[in-house]
Amino acid sequence: MSENSTSQTSAPGRKHQAGALDIRNIIGGLIGAYGVILTLMGLFGDPETEKTGGPNANLWAGIVMLVVGVAFIAWALLRPVLVPEHTDKDDVAKAP
Amino acid sequence: MTSPLASDTIISAHAVDYLIIGLYFAVVLGIGVIARRQVSDSVDFFLSGRSLPAWVTGLAFISANLGAVEIMGMSANGAQFGLPAVHYFWIGAIPAMLFLGVVMMPFYYGSKVRSVPEFMFRRFGTGAHLVNSISFAVAQLLIAGINLYLLGTIIRALLGWNLTVALLVAAAIVLSYITLGGLSAAIYNEVLQFFVIVAALLPLTLIGLHQVGGWGGLKDKITENAGVGAAPPAADQLNSWPGTALTGFDSDLLSVIGIVFGLGFVLSFGYWTTNFVEVQRAMATDSISSARKTPIIGAFPKILVPFITILPGMIAAVLVTEIADTKAGETVSGGAGGTVQYNDSLILLMRDLLPNGLLGVAIAGLLAAFMAGMAANISAFNTVWSYDLWQRYVVKDRDDSYYLKVGRLATVGATVVAIFTAQLASNFSNIMDYLQTLFGFFNAPLFATFILGMFWKRMTATAGWTGLVSGTLAAVFVAFISTDVLGSLSQGWISLSGQGASFVAAGAAFVVDIVVSIVVSLATKPKPPEELRGLVYSETPREDLVDANEASYPWYRRTMPLAGVALAMVIVLNFVF
Repeated sequence: MSENSTSQTSAPGRKHQAGALDIRNIIGGLIGAYGVILTLMGLFGDPETEKTGGPNANLWAGIVMLVVGVAFIAWALLRPVLVPEHTDKDDVAKAP
Repeated sequence: MTSPLASDTIISAHAVDYLIIGLYFAVVLGIGVIARRQVSDSVDFFLSGRSLPAWVTGLAFISANLGAVEIMGMSANGAQFGLPAVHYFWIGAIPAMLFLGVVMMPFYYGSKVRSVPEFMFRRFGTGAHLVNSISFAVAQLLIAGINLYLLGTIIRALLGWNLTVALLVAAAIVLSYITLGGLSAAIYNEVLQFFVIVAALLPLTLIGLHQVGGWGGLKDKITENAGVGAAPPAADQLNSWPGTALTGFDSDLLSVIGIVFGLGFVLSFGYWTTNFVEVQRAMATDSISSARKTPIIGAFPKILVPFITILPGMIAAVLVTEIADTKAGETVSGGAGGTVQYNDSLILLMRDLLPNGLLGVAIAGLLAAFMAGMAANISAFNTVWSYDLWQRYVVKDRDDSYYLKVGRLATVGATVVAIFTAQLASNFSNIMDYLQTLFGFFNAPLFATFILGMFWKRMTATAGWTGLVSGTLAAVFVAFISTDVLGSLSQGWISLSGQGASFVAAGAAFVVDIVVSIVVSLATKPKPPEELRGLVYSETPREDLVDANEASYPWYRRTMPLAGVALAMVIVLNFVF
């Protein structure tokens, strides 16, 4: 890739944090959002205990998902992934 | 029989369920759009730039396989046969996955091939390569069709749409996210799907267990219903061995041999070690160490998957009246296809147990699984099509962007073909049978050829393709003379049916392939040893096969200790159940 003017000056630009693209943030975001929706359903919706046989399934599942979602986002925040601006291409691309 | 434009739906979803499902699709398509910005050339598109960490590819590895066929098929097997269905995981997957990581992956990753057929080309040349690429491409289209069909049926069950409309919409969604982001998007989504699937199936299993009164209650109820109609005796349903109901063999010993050799060795090694859909995920990693760990990390969730697929199937067989009646030998109308089948177990269990809200998560999970499977098939297909068929045999020596375009067009073409194969799939009642049949034809001889070629330098190029062809023909022949493997095409000359027949067909393919390969090799001229470096064990220096950095990692990040732990877990589980 472009090896032209890269030197010490642009060194910080060579790597950047994956940020929102980090798969852990995406997992955490979606599961966490499900957790919020289910918890709200559990608190304010019909628990439909005749289906589940007693427990308020939405509430319990919602809380667990919320915890899992937060854990993933926390993991991503605590141990951010650095991705290179350009992945080095080995000779794979030019294999016969 | 419901009308084709069924307006009565199996599951009644509410607004909150649609919100959850909609959220999922928004994220899936969002990943495609974002991943697109990062895709700069064909290595990115096809192999994700070889940059992903092992836990991501490990989960993708499992998720690519945890498609509709797996979830619906395994819960169906659980409902029909009970515990013996776990053999598909603990015997039929884990050993092969570990073997792939420990023994075979260094050759794949180290030789820098872009696909499994390309490895075939380097080792055996054109003949074997063509056979492998074409059979693989065809198998992927068929399997993508099955996944699409299941995706269509659940959309129909959920929304009451006509199956054709459902198929088209489902295909359009899968198509858009793969063409946008390539393999990266597919892998990202697979990892995400894994979590959504667990979030969907785990609560279902727990609620189900609660309803039947725990594991003890489930055992009591299965014992109560056992032996009625088509249901196997309780002892067969509650112990994984010898699994005679599953294999269809009368003898316990033959059944065990069939499971261990047919399923555990030939079919599963054939599937896991040579199937490019799976291997491609490992090839997308950042190092040979990560590539080897991909299937091994994947083995851990895989060990646990039966608890959220087979177990709910078993629960459905006692809790859901339609499934219980079907198991007792009655024909019940309803379900996704007009008549209730074991494949409907999971959907019906969801209907009975889940409150709105969780129901939405469950449906999102199923849709996720169905798309995961299909996307995996199609992304593997387009790599093989563009590199192994188009670039090698049709239009050579064009620039990278050209083959990238070919790959995107192949994706569209594959999706269109899958829509037609989806119609084909609808003619087979037990999808697992159909799939095993396909694997028997294509994969069993492949594994024989690969393993012989990797460890026997004398094996020649001619032996490569003749072994493959004769092995495949042997499998087809066994299927043809069996009772019902090919449906009405089977002649019934020997009394073999169901899954057992597939095991025998695969075993025959393996043995014939090995014998033919050895005989032909001895009669033809081998390749010079210097061309075999990186391809044959004895001709490859040890340092090419391991990652130099690996020794410095803690034990839980090294290949061998991880594989040992997974193996120990499987052995323990086989003793417990």
